Amino acid sequence: MSRLAEITVATLSKDLRLEWRSKDAINSMLFFALLVVVIFSFAFNPTAEESRRIAGGLVWVAFLFAAVVALNQTWARELRNQVLDAYRVSPAPDNALFLAKAIGNFLFVAVLEALMTPLFVVFYNLRALGPAYQLLLVAAFGTWALVVNGTFFAAISLRTRSREVMLPLILFPISIPALLAMVEATTAILTGEFSARFWIVLLAVYDVVFTTVCLVLFETVLHAE
Amino acid sequence: MNFLDAAYIATWLIHIAYLTTLVGRFKKLRQEIGQLPRK
Amino acid sequence: MKHRFTIFALIVLALLSYALYQALVVAPTEQTMGDVQRIFYYHVPSAWTAFLLFFINFLASIWYLVQRKPAADIVALTTAEVGTVFCTVVLVTGPLWARPVWGIWWTWDVRLTSTLVLWLIYVSYLILRRFSTGSQTPVLAAALAIFGFVDVPIVYLSIWFFRTQHPQPVMGGGGSLDPRMWHALLINWLAFLAFALLVCSIRYRLEFLQRELEETQALESLLEPKP
Repeated sequence: MSRLAEITVATLSKDLRLEWRSKDAINSMLFFALLVVVIFSFAFNPTAEESRRIAGGLVWVAFLFAAVVALNQTWARELRNQVLDAYRVSPAPDNALFLAKAIGNFLFVAVLEALMTPLFVVFYNLRALGPAYQLLLVAAFGTWALVVNGTFFAAISLRTRSREVMLPLILFPISIPALLAMVEATTAILTGEFSARFWIVLLAVYDVVFTTVCLVLFETVLHAE
Repeated sequence: MNFLDAAYIATWLIHIAYLTTLVGRFKKLRQEIGQLPRK
Repeated sequence: MKHRFTIFALIVLALLSYALYQALVVAPTEQTMGDVQRIFYYHVPSAWTAFLLFFINFLASIWYLVQRKPAADIVALTTAEVGTVFCTVVLVTGPLWARPVWGIWWTWDVRLTSTLVLWLIYVSYLILRRFSTGSQTPVLAAALAIFGFVDVPIVYLSIWFFRTQHPQPVMGGGGSLDPRMWHALLINWLAFLAFALLVCSIRYRLEFLQRELEETQALESLLEPKP
């Protein structure tokens, strides 16, 4: 168990260091995130009361786009350097690789969300009428829901034509209940009109179920050529 | 045509469309089998 | 073999005709909705059949991952395809029923909306199968199928709760059914199940033969003398 944790942390810190040194992905993602917020603001220009009702949906669709862009390059570095083959034959537990990638993606998308949120607050004059601390729970559980399945499906899409389209294509349908939960919970918290509790619990259940499925099946998928 | 008829007709159109694609694929299969060199 | 198939096909045809008769003539007319309610005899059995087929797909996918038998993979592919066809029927008959009864095409009804998500999941499965290159497609597809099916109860639960927050018309008749209606419903389900079995057997045979052909073609090209 601790061997799993050791290798996960080692792989994760390697990825973070590489990312920090090259800064390519980070910079382009940041700019992309800013663009998304601005374009959404032009496209949907509601009044203050309306905006609380629809902001939940808008924000999460924007985060979803940003997440897909991040997820698509999950395995790019490994592919370029034939690292996956090395992983398959090494005695390291496969799940360590998966967890490292998933956590890496989570941190990455979390940074994007942290940057996009103040922009959304500014453009839409947002203020939470309900318990604002719950938004952190929604963001954490929701982002993990997208990232855990996204990292897995990115591995499945590696050997397909139109790889970049295949990932969102298989990710979105399965993520619908999680997306619904994120949007409803956010709307609940912003408008203060109903409780987000059910949705937060649903997200937590979704996370547990799919993290388990991913961990159980990842080894099979990694070894599938 | 009322909605009831439309629903029943639509159902069978969908099933027939699918079966037609299967028949088409069988035809292609037979052609390709025919092209195999004889042992 | 061919005789058995023809006989089965004729039985299915007879069952479907009898079921149609039950649905359109024998079953009594519903009080509030009128004749349009008869769509129910096609809509509901198709939904049950689709769901059963997707469940078999789930089992076949697990079977494939455990034993790696090609037959398991063909069953998975077949049930996913035929299940999607039945699912399409549900999604088309649903709005055609909703429009005359409630005045709107789409009511975000729990079952219909869950069926839409189910349809999306299995279409994405079929697209993955088509676009995947390499020999390990069955493994990847089986993994996706497991994700998809595990998602189903969560989908249903989330949409159910969504609806309690945003109430909309309920489809499918809440009240109890007249016994003659139950009879018609069950006969139609039996007929569509038999029909699904027939179509699956055709699709299975097609896939089986196609794979044999591909193997033979591969072997041929290996054995051909090089020019």
